[in-house]
Amino acid sequence: MSTETIEKTEVKEEVSQPAEAMLSKRRRKILSDPLNEDNPITVQVLGICSALAITIKMEPTIVMSIAVVFVIVFSNLIISLIRNLVPGRVRIIVQLAVIATLVTLVSEILKAYYFDMYKVLGAFVGLIITNCIVMGRLEAFAMANKPYDSILDGLGSGFGYAWIILVVAFFRELFGSGSILNFKLAEIGLDFQTNGLMVDSIGAFMVLGILIWIQRTKTGYVEH
Amino acid sequence: METFNIILRAIFIDNMIFALFLGMCSFLAVSKKVSTAIGLGAAVIFVLTITVPINWLLQEYVLKEGALSWLGASFANVDLTFLQFIMFIAVIASMVQLVEMIIEKFSPALYGTLGIFLPLIAVNCSILGGSLFMVQRDYNLVDATAYGFGSGVGWFLAIVALAAVREKLKYSNVPDGLKGLGITMLITGLMGIAFKIFIGISI
Repeated sequence: MSTETIEKTEVKEEVSQPAEAMLSKRRRKILSDPLNEDNPITVQVLGICSALAITIKMEPTIVMSIAVVFVIVFSNLIISLIRNLVPGRVRIIVQLAVIATLVTLVSEILKAYYFDMYKVLGAFVGLIITNCIVMGRLEAFAMANKPYDSILDGLGSGFGYAWIILVVAFFRELFGSGSILNFKLAEIGLDFQTNGLMVDSIGAFMVLGILIWIQRTKTGYVEH
Repeated sequence: METFNIILRAIFIDNMIFALFLGMCSFLAVSKKVSTAIGLGAAVIFVLTITVPINWLLQEYVLKEGALSWLGASFANVDLTFLQFIMFIAVIASMVQLVEMIIEKFSPALYGTLGIFLPLIAVNCSILGGSLFMVQRDYNLVDATAYGFGSGVGWFLAIVALAAVREKLKYSNVPDGLKGLGITMLITGLMGIAFKIFIGISI
C-alpha cells in the first residue's frame, strides 16, 4: 500500500504543474453537478433500491445518507489511488471488494454504537454494496481521475443522493405517520388522518415519481 | 406444503420489487422491451436459485457463530459473521462469472439471450438481498432454495409486466418532465397496489 501511494504522488506532481485552486471552477462543477442537473437518483436512475426501502421515517434515512456518503467518498478515494494498478479484467471484483470492506466497517460501527438503528436498517446496510451509485461512480469517475477530484465527486454524488431521499422521507413520514423526525405533529394541534399508503412501498414510488417530475420540469431534462 | 407457501409468499407478497424495492436499477433500466425483460428476468431466476443455497451453506458451515465446530472443538467459538458481506458478494460475483462461462460453452443460443445481462446481475441488489433476507429469516436448505427461486420468479413477473406497460406507453402523450423514469415510478406504484391483493394468501 505504501509504495502505491508514493508512486501516485510522484505522478500527481508531474501532471498538476499549473497548480489548480482547491476549489477551482471545474472542481466546483464536479461537486455541484450531481446535486441537481446530474442527480444520481432523478437523472441517472441509480441507487433507487435503498432510496425507497428506508425512507419511511427520516431518522433511518439520515443514518443511511451518512453511511452512503462515507462509502462513496472513501471507495472513490481508494479506487482512485490504486486505479493504475488494477488490471481491467478484474476491476469489478476489486471494486466490489473495496466497497464490501467499507460497508462491513459501517455495519460494524452501527452494530456497536447504534444498535436500534442497525435493527431498523437490517439488510439494507449490506445492500449499500450493490447500490449502483457507488459502483457507477467508481466505474465512471474514480477509475480515470485523481484522488482529490474523486473525493469531490464522491461528496457531490453522495449529497445528491442524500437530499433526494431526505425529501422523500420527509413527505412519507409527514403523511404516513403524521410526524417530523419522530416529533408527533398531533402534539402541537396539527392532527390529521394519516395515509397508510405512504408507509407502504406504494407511497415511496408515488412520492419519488412526483419528485422526479418536479425536478425534471425545473431543470428541463427530458428523457427520450 | 410449507415450502410451497414460501415460494408463493416470495412471488406475490414479499415481491422483490413491490414490497422490498430490490433490483430497482436494472428493473428500471432494462424494462423498455418485453423480450429483453424476459431475458434478464430469466437470468435473475437462474442466479438467485443458485446463489441463495450456496450462501446458505456458507452461512451455516463457515460464517455463523459456532459454524466452524465441524473443524474441531477449538473452532467452536469462532464467529465470522462480520465477513458476511464480503463472502456473499464474492460468491455472487464468481457464480455469475461461472454461470456465464458455462452457458457460453454449452448453449450459445441461451448465451445470446442471457449473456449480456449476466455481468449486470452481479450488482443487482435483488441477488445480494435474497441472500441477506435468507439469513434474517432462518430458513433451512430446502426453504432457502425455494425462497431464492420464488424471489426470482417474483422479480421476473414484475419486470415483464412493467416492460409490457412501457411498450404501450411509448404511444401515449406524457408530460415532458414525467417521461421515462417519472411515469415508470408512478406505474410501478399502481402495479404495487394491484399486488397488495395477494396479502394474506396461504395454502
